[in-house]
Amino acid sequence: MLWIPASIALALVVLPVVGLLVRTDFARLPELLTSTASLNALRLSLVTAVLSTVACVLLGVPLAVVLARTSGPVVRLLRAVVLLPLVLPPVVGGLALLFLLGRNGFLGYLLDVTAGVRIPFTTTAVVIAQTFVAMPFLVVSLEGALRNSGDRYEQVAATLGARPWLVFRRVTLPLLLPALGSGAVLSFARALGEFGATITFAGSLEGVTRTLPLEVYNQAEADIDSAVALALLLVVVAILVIAVARPRALEGAVGERTGKRRTGGARA
Amino acid sequence: MRSRLAVLLAAVLAASACGAAQEGQGTTLNVFAAASLTESFGALEKRFEADNPGVDVKLNLAGSSKLVQQIQEGAPADVFASADEKNMDKVVDSGDVEGEPAVFATNTLTIAVPKGNPRGITSFADLAKDDLTVIVCAPQVPCGSATEKVERAAGVSLSPASEEQDVKAVLTKVEAGEADAGLVYVTDVNGRNVDHVDFAEADQAVNRYPIAVLTGAGDSDLATRFRELVLGETGKQELGKAGFGSP
Repeated sequence: MLWIPASIALALVVLPVVGLLVRTDFARLPELLTSTASLNALRLSLVTAVLSTVACVLLGVPLAVVLARTSGPVVRLLRAVVLLPLVLPPVVGGLALLFLLGRNGFLGYLLDVTAGVRIPFTTTAVVIAQTFVAMPFLVVSLEGALRNSGDRYEQVAATLGARPWLVFRRVTLPLLLPALGSGAVLSFARALGEFGATITFAGSLEGVTRTLPLEVYNQAEADIDSAVALALLLVVVAILVIAVARPRALEGAVGERTGKRRTGGARA
Repeated sequence: MRSRLAVLLAAVLAASACGAAQEGQGTTLNVFAAASLTESFGALEKRFEADNPGVDVKLNLAGSSKLVQQIQEGAPADVFASADEKNMDKVVDSGDVEGEPAVFATNTLTIAVPKGNPRGITSFADLAKDDLTVIVCAPQVPCGSATEKVERAAGVSLSPASEEQDVKAVLTKVEAGEADAGLVYVTDVNGRNVDHVDFAEADQAVNRYPIAVLTGAGDSDLATRFRELVLGETGKQELGKAGFGSP
């Protein structure tokens, strides 16, 4: 009986994309997609989404490890706080960033006065907004994997004399790789689709802050065909990324499981 | 259990059917209006409902180009009031307008600045200064195309920090103090936490607001009456209160 809700679920995901395809003006597609504005938006989107994925990994991995390997009420609270960007409407996230890093925000004011740095309306603002909304995806998938794998291996490595940094590099990280892969792909996809926080915090200017989703919104005001074409491009990029990166991450997960079984067998 | 549920359902259905029959008098008039008309059309809605008992005016307020899309995709709309003639032309071209659109109001740009005008902006040319953060509307939306017209007329070329999708987004960033100045309509600064600086070149880009009855109107007499109200003295008064000019 599962197939009934399953097919409804699938239809809910697939049919809107079909709607987009039906509406697409394929004759004008090449012309619409190769306009300077579209190419600028595509380039900006790819660059910022890659940068924010890197930021998510560099900052999110340590955070996930800390959250998974410590306990107590404070950590439990922190774990909930980290998920906040998932539940906050992105526009609210954008406003929050503006009130922190804007000219009148306390951190933004400090940056402006001490270093003369202004974040809003820059490409940096786009990357910060994307990292803000995408980071929870990475942290959640990593933390889950860490909790499942436990810390036996790390403890064994420590008893054998490995220092914490060596344990982290040689034991924790390799165990995490599959989850890291899928977490990074999810973060990239979320960053690529980011809209609300970006337009609120970074504004919208061609080549500087106007990413693909913002360009879609902008074009929808004037030329709906162009907006549809760009939306299709966004869908294609997202599917490509998921198709290329996701299976590898899954294979990694399977490999890890068999690997674990083998060590278990050896021990027995 | 199941039969009791069926009886209950039938009772509910019957009750709602009665309700619908009693409300037979009531008619709904769907008015699609540009977001900048929120206050003035809100007042006109009340006036119209008082003059026409049993009529419920429903306002759908959004950006003009969004409204055009909704009308063309078949949303139930009786009257359309657009913030510019370009968007009205789109529905005329798609055959959705009955008769001729008529212009009922005009609007001009002004410079919105944070309270107290901290950067001392006095003219449109001031906006071209390098160290100012200026925000405008994207050229795709009416306030943005008006901005471009003013730039050409004044011979001043702006390098904005951001091109927003609507006037409200520009105002939010000026209110937050992130922008030193933003170009918006005079009717938008009322009731917002900003000051404004009027400038002479604004006359070069006067936005004209047309209104029309749509072919999809359920009751075209009623829709025409609403159009007359907006074009008449009452309409002129309410629109004037919000800062609109008369054509």
